[in-house]
Amino acid sequence: MNRNISCTVNSKSMTWQIDIRMSLADVLREHGYTSVKEGCGVGECGACAVLIDDVAVDSCLYLAVWADGCNIRTTEGESKEGKLSPVQQAYLETGSVQCGFCTPGLVMASTSFVEQHKGQKVSREQIRKGLAGNLCRCTGYDGVVRAVEQCIDAEE
Amino acid sequence: MFDIDSYHKADTVDEAIALLSKNPDAVPIAGGTDVLVRLHGHNPDYRHLVDIHDVAELKNITMEPDGTIVIGSGVNFTDLAQSAIVSTNIPVLAEGGSSIGGPQVRNVATIGGNISNGAPSADAAPPLLVLNAHIELKGPEGFRRLPLHDFYQGPGQVDRKSGEIMTCLRIGSTDYKGWSGHYYKYAMRGAMDIATIGCAAACKIDGGRVAGIRLAFGVAGPTPLRCWRTEEKAQGSVADQTLLDLVSDSVLGDLRPRDSWRASKDFREQIITTLSERVLKEALNRNGVSIP
Repeated sequence: MNRNISCTVNSKSMTWQIDIRMSLADVLREHGYTSVKEGCGVGECGACAVLIDDVAVDSCLYLAVWADGCNIRTTEGESKEGKLSPVQQAYLETGSVQCGFCTPGLVMASTSFVEQHKGQKVSREQIRKGLAGNLCRCTGYDGVVRAVEQCIDAEE
Repeated sequence: MFDIDSYHKADTVDEAIALLSKNPDAVPIAGGTDVLVRLHGHNPDYRHLVDIHDVAELKNITMEPDGTIVIGSGVNFTDLAQSAIVSTNIPVLAEGGSSIGGPQVRNVATIGGNISNGAPSADAAPPLLVLNAHIELKGPEGFRRLPLHDFYQGPGQVDRKSGEIMTCLRIGSTDYKGWSGHYYKYAMRGAMDIATIGCAAACKIDGGRVAGIRLAFGVAGPTPLRCWRTEEKAQGSVADQTLLDLVSDSVLGDLRPRDSWRASKDFREQIITTLSERVLKEALNRNGVSIP
């Protein structure tokens, strides 16, 4: 059941032989993108969130074959030349990381939210709704909301 | 790795129909947020797949010259809520669609899948029922259309015949022009939850009287249900508190909620009665009738 897919991961072109039974999360982890975590496996926790053509998707509920021809972004690619992305920097500054398991998925969901709301005024309620697909078992949500707020304020 | 035994990818509707006809055990997979969850749980009924994820012709939202709104079955809930056609003309459907799962799920889950899986809790179903939506299917014998309420046959059962693909949902202009609507999902959590009860109401008012009322519930019976008897009783009533009382007194007669581990029958009945009044009140409010 093998097939070849070509995609871009964090701006690098890849051609991978995959088994069609694999989720995108399986394939990414197999190729070393271990920031992608599988938590629940059923689309509730968001720990496996990546961006596909800039849209946040739970990669554990996404067949790897669907990524053929797509541009994938994971947390590994967000820092450029040793410099953290604005979202990563804001997470650092607001102390949004506790155990860290949910963080890569939350960073990607936050990145998607920030990119979609550039230059807009957003409420805390909107931020919470925008990140509703990501669970943190340490319940460190407040720092996460402040991090997103800080990024959006900086964009204004 | 998912327990997939056979996998065929379709690029067009006709290809999907041919593949489904050739593989009678196969189920279509579009967004995957239900099918892959079943496979994650090793459900053997989903081991043969026809992949319609990339069938572009299913992903359009259009308006026909007579005002009929046509929503492709492969439209995901994010695109649905962001569609100008939907948010301008049938915002009640955007309300239902936006209450499904979280953002990542709504970015891939399709409206066709939400209806085709026959779930009594489908958040798109009550809004579509009060919009009198019709389903269009295409199979080896060609197209057929039927009202959504006839498409539902039982829990998890819909009238999709072997080899058929749901192509689109159709909403006629007389079913939304002059109508206002509201959907409310009652769940235990504010997000990422399955409805304990979902309630949609739509109304049309003429000279302070009810020219039409439609009520539909999710998780209040084996399938999403319309409240036909209550709707008939309300026809022609003055749109005031008496109408809301009539509706909340009558609505349980149209429904069959049951006990489940999520909620008891008694609790569901309480929620249904309360929501029927509250959701209809908001729908009336959106039609310029405010009841204190």
